[in-house]
Amino acid sequence: MQNFTPVSAILGGLLIGLSASILWVANGRLSGVSGIAGGIYPFHRGDALWRVVFIVAVPLGGWIGFMVGPSLLSEIPPTLPAFPLAPLLAVVAGLLVGIGTRLGRGCTSGHGICGMGRLSKRSAVAVITFMATAVVTVFVVRHIL
Amino acid sequence: MKRSFPVLAVAALAGIVFGFGLAVSRMIDPEKVMNFLDFGAIPAGGWDPSLAFVMGGGLLVALVGMRLDRWVGLRAPLVAPAFVRPDRFQIDRELVIGSGIFGIGWGLSGLCPGPAFADLSLIPTSVGLFVVAMLVGSWAMGQALEWSAEPRHPSASVGVPAE
Repeated sequence: MQNFTPVSAILGGLLIGLSASILWVANGRLSGVSGIAGGIYPFHRGDALWRVVFIVAVPLGGWIGFMVGPSLLSEIPPTLPAFPLAPLLAVVAGLLVGIGTRLGRGCTSGHGICGMGRLSKRSAVAVITFMATAVVTVFVVRHIL
Repeated sequence: MKRSFPVLAVAALAGIVFGFGLAVSRMIDPEKVMNFLDFGAIPAGGWDPSLAFVMGGGLLVALVGMRLDRWVGLRAPLVAPAFVRPDRFQIDRELVIGSGIFGIGWGLSGLCPGPAFADLSLIPTSVGLFVVAMLVGSWAMGQALEWSAEPRHPSASVGVPAE
């Protein structure tokens, strides 16, 4: 196993679960990122601003975590992530993620954390399905093409 | 939801904790995500199971937090008027096909929506195009779903829902 980082993975996971729990118990909202972002436009009065605030806060928290993380745990590297995908492929992948999460009504956070946390059968089916197609896609890209 | 300060403060806090968790678990790194999805690397010993531990840690808390309302008999959320619960319960074709399409995009890029937004503060030039495409895809699919739901009455489309 390469670059396996169990401690930071569990710690980060606990925080993601905490975030979902906070938004649910305090605001009564599911923290599926695709759903929160997808509901911003078209605007519905009284239902847009909290979505924008959440979506802007995610990269802010990501930046703080990136800066602070390496001093918390030696597992966390101080290097910037890389996204070397060719622009055309990035657009294709982005479109697939946008279309798929809207049609399937959820992504890794909405189905994976919130839905599974609520023991939803729909979400379990969604997670198994997107995990399966993602694993097959990576296999094709890395081992066949 | 009424535009109230506590609701927005909670949204900000939840978003920051979410992004922080993604950075700490390094799910902001598409390469690391793909190293988990790469089951073909298991025989050679190059597989990285970290993402499963992120999911496990998240579920550990969510299994309590997402059901806390039922357990303690909360009728309404702490600072908002009502819980907004999912309105679908059947396993339908849309769920399976949509999730399947999402997985292909996720496997191609190593990015799902949360990390894509989180990376906007770290590597905006390379991830920006992906995020724009993702938002366009989501919007277009939303439009298509709305049209197919009311094919004969396009003029009677949904108005502003009640708050």
